[in-house]
Amino acid sequence: MKLSRKWLQEFVDVGPLGDRDFAEAMTLSGSKVEVTEDLGAEISNIVAGRILSMERHPDSDHMWVCQVDIGEDSPVQIATGAWNIHVGDMVPVAKHNSTLPGGKKITRGKLRGVLSDGMMCSLSELGLDERDFPYAAVTAAALLNDYHPIDPEKPSIPAGVVPGHKIYGSVRAAFVTKVEALGDGQFTVSCDSGGTYHTITTSLANIHEHDTLALDTKTEHICTLADLHAEQREFPHCIPDGIFVMREDCRTGDDIKPVIGMDDHVVEFEITPNRPDCLSVIGLAREAAVTFRKPLKLHDPQVTGGAEGILPELLDVETPDPDLCPRYTARMVRNVKIAPSPKWMRERLRASGVRPINNIVDITNYVMLEYGQPMHAFDYRYVQGGKIVVRRARDGEELTTLDGNVRKLNRDMLVIADDTRAVGLAGVMGGLNSEIVSDTADVVFESANFEGSCIRKTALALGMRTEASAKFEKGLDILNTLPAVNRACELVELLGAGEVVDGVIDILNNVPQPVTVGFEPEKMNRFLGVDVPEAEQRQTLSDLGFGLEDCTITVPSWRSDVEHWSDLAEEVARFYGYNRIPDTLSSGLNERRGWSPVQQAENAVGALCRAAGYSEIITYSFISPAYYDKIGLPADSPLRNSMKILNPLGEDTSIMRTTTLPSMLEILARNYNFRNKSIRLYELGRTYFSKNDGSGMADEPKVLSLGAYGGGMDFFSLKGAVEALLDGLRITGVRYESEKENPSYHPGRCAKVFSGETLLGVFGQIHPHVADNYGVECELYTAELHFDALFQCVNGKPLYRPLPKFPAVTRDIALLCGQDLSVGALEDCIRRGAKGLLRRVTLFDIYTGPGVPDGKKSVAFNLELRADDRSLTAEEADTDLKSILDLLKTELDAVLR
Amino acid sequence: MKAQLEAIRKGALDAIAKTQAMAELESLRVKYLGKKGDLTAVLKQMGKLSAEERPAMGQMANQVRAKLEEAIEAQSVLLSQKALEAKLAAETVDITIPGKKISLGHKHPMYTVLDEIKELFLNMGFEIMDGPEIEQADYNFTKLNAPENHPSRDWTDTFYLKPDSSVLLRSQTSPMQIRAMETYGVPIRMISSGRVYRKDEVDATHSPMFHQIEGLVVDKGITMADLKGTLNAVIREIYGPETKTRFRPHHFPFTEPSCEVDIQCHKCGGKGCPTCKGEGWIEILGAGMVHPKVLRGCGIDPEEYSGFAFGMGLERLALGQYKISDMRLIFENDIRFLEQF
Repeated sequence: MKLSRKWLQEFVDVGPLGDRDFAEAMTLSGSKVEVTEDLGAEISNIVAGRILSMERHPDSDHMWVCQVDIGEDSPVQIATGAWNIHVGDMVPVAKHNSTLPGGKKITRGKLRGVLSDGMMCSLSELGLDERDFPYAAVTAAALLNDYHPIDPEKPSIPAGVVPGHKIYGSVRAAFVTKVEALGDGQFTVSCDSGGTYHTITTSLANIHEHDTLALDTKTEHICTLADLHAEQREFPHCIPDGIFVMREDCRTGDDIKPVIGMDDHVVEFEITPNRPDCLSVIGLAREAAVTFRKPLKLHDPQVTGGAEGILPELLDVETPDPDLCPRYTARMVRNVKIAPSPKWMRERLRASGVRPINNIVDITNYVMLEYGQPMHAFDYRYVQGGKIVVRRARDGEELTTLDGNVRKLNRDMLVIADDTRAVGLAGVMGGLNSEIVSDTADVVFESANFEGSCIRKTALALGMRTEASAKFEKGLDILNTLPAVNRACELVELLGAGEVVDGVIDILNNVPQPVTVGFEPEKMNRFLGVDVPEAEQRQTLSDLGFGLEDCTITVPSWRSDVEHWSDLAEEVARFYGYNRIPDTLSSGLNERRGWSPVQQAENAVGALCRAAGYSEIITYSFISPAYYDKIGLPADSPLRNSMKILNPLGEDTSIMRTTTLPSMLEILARNYNFRNKSIRLYELGRTYFSKNDGSGMADEPKVLSLGAYGGGMDFFSLKGAVEALLDGLRITGVRYESEKENPSYHPGRCAKVFSGETLLGVFGQIHPHVADNYGVECELYTAELHFDALFQCVNGKPLYRPLPKFPAVTRDIALLCGQDLSVGALEDCIRRGAKGLLRRVTLFDIYTGPGVPDGKKSVAFNLELRADDRSLTAEEADTDLKSILDLLKTELDAVLR
Repeated sequence: MKAQLEAIRKGALDAIAKTQAMAELESLRVKYLGKKGDLTAVLKQMGKLSAEERPAMGQMANQVRAKLEEAIEAQSVLLSQKALEAKLAAETVDITIPGKKISLGHKHPMYTVLDEIKELFLNMGFEIMDGPEIEQADYNFTKLNAPENHPSRDWTDTFYLKPDSSVLLRSQTSPMQIRAMETYGVPIRMISSGRVYRKDEVDATHSPMFHQIEGLVVDKGITMADLKGTLNAVIREIYGPETKTRFRPHHFPFTEPSCEVDIQCHKCGGKGCPTCKGEGWIEILGAGMVHPKVLRGCGIDPEEYSGFAFGMGLERLALGQYKISDMRLIFENDIRFLEQF
């Protein structure tokens, strides 16, 4: 919401407050200021000047050299190429060392050798256009002395044309002998069309003495380019543009900013959706009045009325869908004279970000800004049958809205219709078929209250959120329609834009019941932790428009956000000042506090991964369905059964992952593409599986993924990290099974890891095909461990086991066995073969080659044997060892080498 | 004989003093003091001496032996000292050669910030709760008092998993307030952090997935002053003890009164600069007193209990703390980025 400080000043006098102080105070009382714009910030050193004389430039066929009075001791000389100026014109003069909007700087200089001490400005150079000053529009005559034939060989008009030369028909060349400015953009031009003398009154602004015109001698009409069917480039200087010739009430030397309305400061507020009342000048004025403790000066619209006709006979309104149209208020204006609205209104509209159009349309926008009540004006002659019906649209009904688009409507949308057709889309935009046009004579002003969510859905469905719909969708004050329509009519009379018909059509389908809340000042103080005197509380609330009667507070109609004492507490607190509330700490402790066991395990997992050299990553929870193909999942894999986002940003982020593997591979591949040589990463992230219980909710188990490549990475480095992790979590009974079925992994370098019978996860080298899918040529390694399973297997606090008191006997054995036999099987057999003295088995060598028969390998272990209560004798140790070797021989055909 | 002993003494002492190595010294010891050594050889001649000469010669021989043993011992200490010095000199390393690499992993910077905040609240007696990311609209919106037509419910703003808009990816961590109150009742002091999702295209300051941290305190007699005191304490822990804050009225459907909290811009000290967009202040979190409707919806009587809640975005906090210029870096996971923290 943009607020003009000047407009605000009409309702509350906050004094000579700087922008920063104003913004700070408003922000801290709850109306957040986004930015304040000084409209004239870029304009400096530009004043009003009057042209005293004009001479043709000695070295140019199109420039003028002017002497301009700028209210100083002597006039300044300015050279210009503009042709619409005349002696006596009041124009904006950018003096030496001045600035213009867009950062343009003007300094003294020479134009074709002639000193130009500044510049006369056009509208656009001042950041304005013809909508701001409609009278400044320039229409140009086609001056024959500016004629430049497209084909120099075949000119339509001869060079050095003499007065009386026939152009076509009755159009003759005419030599201008005298031009007199009449003011208000009118000129008297005297000319000679070859012995015949004419004196013509015209608004064509570019004619000067010694010019040659094309004059229709029959009608005494001075031809424009259009009359001659000429192109602009044939008359390059006869353009519909020029210096802004002002008709404002100002004197030479006056600063230009107030003259053109650029002395205002515009404050842009962020209005929260609960405060639609602040989407208006009056709403913000009320907030400002309470913020600065200044009186709010409201104004009661006065309408004289008296236009011909009786309203109920002229207009009939029906609201067949009262739930969607709680109130419909309308008045009529007759004998409308469509014209530009006055300067003060245009300035305020422009400051508020609204383009001026014409007086009637401008009035509706002005009232919308001032009262926060959207208004609409229809051309009465297009309201067929003199009847307005506010009804649901028919499915497939079409309406061309004011922006020229054809809209296809449906039953959920509300239209304003006449007897036969829709003439507007309620609360969103009017119809083109009832638009206010230059010859509109009778106007209906609509000031209605429409149901917010209907308007919101309509605007959303049609993709046309407008200023009006944005207001309606928040729910507007139902009591505001009448003052708003009266204000519009008052403005019509003030502007002399038409005659108001007596009476108002007002259909009230929903009489709002005032909300009351008990006033408990003590309770509010306790709740806020402050001590605001009751009188101050009452003052704040009553200044905000709340009704106070003893201990009952009546909420004003525009504050539908207030319904509980805590809402009132906010009103009191924000004007007392949030920052004056003291800082205290609540006392009291919870039974549940500190890290939970699960959180401790999560923390431990992270710390262990980092100790193993793995760094943490964060990846998106949503992935592309194509990623399942990339990791080689078969078509019937249950992991493909992802939960789908129905409105994803794109295919790449459209399903919730059931595995973290693609996320990890994506990041490994990204690092690979960044030429990062050695990578160790981990993520403790969620996967998502539908509960399939009809709730739509998901199980969201966490998965610890490790990912690595480079830096000597191989299967056993990864396994070492997994072992360290499990060890660090004190997970026991760990065993590994080779995994050949997992499609994402190398079938010979993949393992499942268990603790007892609990599957903890899988790890290994990524299948080369999968790596290839990610464009990676080196070996990738990943582990996927289920956090819940890890957590379930975490053992509690460890108990001390006494340190050995007696020495151990160690034996190294090298076993000759089949090449395919696994170390795990040998180790398992060794443990089972021992008779209770074996304490530790350590693999230290695997060998094939000379000395070992083909198809065999040598596997060497170091065995540590010990008893807790005595020193072992060699014989005792050898008994165990023999038992081990016997079992190895019988079970695995593994023998001592 | 006396002359012999004297010669041995002199010759041996000279030789001992000249030795350079232990082996040399040892061979001298054998040469002079060994069983077949020079001194023994002289002593063997004692028998030939007269009884008068014998004691004097014996004494002299013992003196020579003692003298030589002493000299050998002294020389031995000297030589081993020298040997050690030589060894140490030979073992000298270039200490500027880099150490053997031990690779430690790095915690993601955003989770470092998160963990710091968690510790802060744990120390204040809070618990940490975790909840679902795939959430019911009821918890994400309705029970948080968000009106049916609230714009954040739009399919253009929030990701949905069911056509009837009943299940979504949570757009805030606030549903955890409801889950906490429904599960545990009062009193409650908790924070909850995690991933949240909004339909924003990826750019330097936006991501469709980001992180929030949420807090909730409900008990008898909790006041807005408690809200201020708690948040100010936490903010000063995070941003430094001199940090200036301001509490600004705002609107959230699930708190009343509501506020946003700004800290004074660290770059310009409040004068206004590009970092704070000229405002002098930077918004860091939203908070408020738990709305009575929300309490009542969770079966808690708002006339008896009150509470406050707050929420803040984690990415912006981490970006600010580490001066990270672009949010995309957070989710890009380039090791060269991660290793900096």
